[in-house]
Amino acid sequence: MADDEVDTSRRKFLTTATAATGAIGAAFTLVPFITSWKPSERARALGAPAELDVSKLEPGQMTTLTWRKQQIYVVRRTPEMVASLAKDEGQLKDPKSAQSDQPQYAANEIRARKPEYLVLIGNCTHLGCLPKPRFEPAQPELGANWPGGFFCPCHGSRFDLAGRVFEGSPASVNLRVPPYAFANDHTLIIGVDEAGQKGVA
Amino acid sequence: MVIPASTAPSPQPPATPHKGLKGWFYKRFPVEEFLSDQLTGYYAPKNFNIWYYFGSLALVVLGLQLFTGIFLTMFYKVGEATSFDSVEFIMREVQGGWLIRYLHSTGASFFFIVVYLHMFRSLLYGSYKAPRELLWLFGMAVYLALMAEAFFGYVLPWGNMSFWGAQVIVNLFSTIPVIGGGLVEWIRGDYGIADATLNRFFALHVVAVPLALLLLVVFHLVALRRTGSSNPDGIEIKERVGPTGKPIDGIPFHPYYTIKDIVGVGVMFTLLAIVVFFVPTLGGLFLEQPNFEPANPMSTPEHIAPVWYFTPYYAILRAVPDQKLGALLMFLAVAAFLFLPWLDRSPVKSMRYRGWISRTALAVFTVSFLVLMYLGLLPAEGLYVILARIFTVLYFAYFVLMPFYTRIDRVKPVPERVTYHAHG
Repeated sequence: MADDEVDTSRRKFLTTATAATGAIGAAFTLVPFITSWKPSERARALGAPAELDVSKLEPGQMTTLTWRKQQIYVVRRTPEMVASLAKDEGQLKDPKSAQSDQPQYAANEIRARKPEYLVLIGNCTHLGCLPKPRFEPAQPELGANWPGGFFCPCHGSRFDLAGRVFEGSPASVNLRVPPYAFANDHTLIIGVDEAGQKGVA
Repeated sequence: MVIPASTAPSPQPPATPHKGLKGWFYKRFPVEEFLSDQLTGYYAPKNFNIWYYFGSLALVVLGLQLFTGIFLTMFYKVGEATSFDSVEFIMREVQGGWLIRYLHSTGASFFFIVVYLHMFRSLLYGSYKAPRELLWLFGMAVYLALMAEAFFGYVLPWGNMSFWGAQVIVNLFSTIPVIGGGLVEWIRGDYGIADATLNRFFALHVVAVPLALLLLVVFHLVALRRTGSSNPDGIEIKERVGPTGKPIDGIPFHPYYTIKDIVGVGVMFTLLAIVVFFVPTLGGLFLEQPNFEPANPMSTPEHIAPVWYFTPYYAILRAVPDQKLGALLMFLAVAAFLFLPWLDRSPVKSMRYRGWISRTALAVFTVSFLVLMYLGLLPAEGLYVILARIFTVLYFAYFVLMPFYTRIDRVKPVPERVTYHAHG
């Protein structure tokens, strides 16, 4: 081969090999930039479990607390409220909570460890607004057939007194249940259960 | 294959008629070539009408947003605890700050008004059709970047609608199967919309997206210079050139259209000034009432609605009873525009020479878009949901049925030369 000639196949191979190596290196360099967007160590530490003394709740009353920037709804249900849940069955999208997100111990009709205490993540499963408590049946804005539950003012999703979504709502699954446990009769801890503390390393 | 090594001489710098300092400068910096390529040597069709104002107006509004935005950045303090207060500081205590902020917030809405009219022009005269498909796609990329820019910008004042708007929009990503939950946490950088979210949206709003936007505008203009502008007759003026090699139905963009566009700029700034000085919130359309109270994660506004330019898509989202399908349809409603150059099978570009079917389809689509825009501002209940469903179907029918109705539509013959009547 003369000195002033170029072996293009060799050049093409070297060019491709160099470009491919460079591309792999660049892809790995992106990793810290991508991980920088994950919740920081501080955000993770602030996501620790929250405690609530449920003995201060009157029957039929709801309170809210914050856990991981989410509103947690805690409702002390009356026996009548619990009994009314069975009547909702026919109008629900997911009565058995088969498609919904909850710990194993809340994957039942009452969606709770104890029938008396309902613990829910308040953010609507549609787009994250906060459904309003509308526990009294037959409310003017919700019609005479309203059995009592939660109503989301943003997009009109409706949930029953176990956080189960009614047919005709834009949300397709029930309100989520956070992991929780009772340390004793009256102390509710949100964010931790037998399976351990969720997500915190 | 073996090729000889290059022996070509390096090109000589082009000669310039200028002498002295000007000659020295021009020899090293091709400013004349650039101006000639872009303005004086760029021939645009002579039959432009009012619909052809909005491209250059969009460029002017982009300039306004960059200029006012730089000044707002000088006083704005990003952070959960400081954002809302610093915006109020700009409004009440920075000398002239209220004007800068209202110019920016009104400019955002004007940007969308101008861009929607610019897009409607393309639908009216078939500007997206071959050979301008790529020009259209770059334009759509500009529109998408603009939507991202507007969304991030709306979060920055950290009012209550900022917070809940961010909540709703970010949660849309949770509908993506498998990766949705992790993706949302990654976007927020926390377990809810938080300081981390606000901070990254600020970086995106003031650095990343504006850079992308400028780059895409350059691509859009480069593609335009290659194909040339379309016109109300949908005729390629480059196909009929005079003895000089320039299109006989074209006139130099500068001075003819630059001067004409200045009139448009004057009208636009008059309207902008009326809004800025007399109705800066435009009754909640340009700035929503709940955004005048600080972000409160404990209290959802009674009625969450995005700003008017997103409401057509929002109405589509809410019209669907299934969450995943709603999000998918909303995404498709935007993405559908990308396919227009290939959906449209009509042999002619302009509505002037199309038949009644195409004209009716465009009219129905335009009405659907406007009705959905209005419905998206209202609460999702009763009759409004039913109407939103009807107009969602009509909206998509425009795109889905286009390959059929454009083919059977009876078209009129297109003239050889553009229709042009000089003013008497």
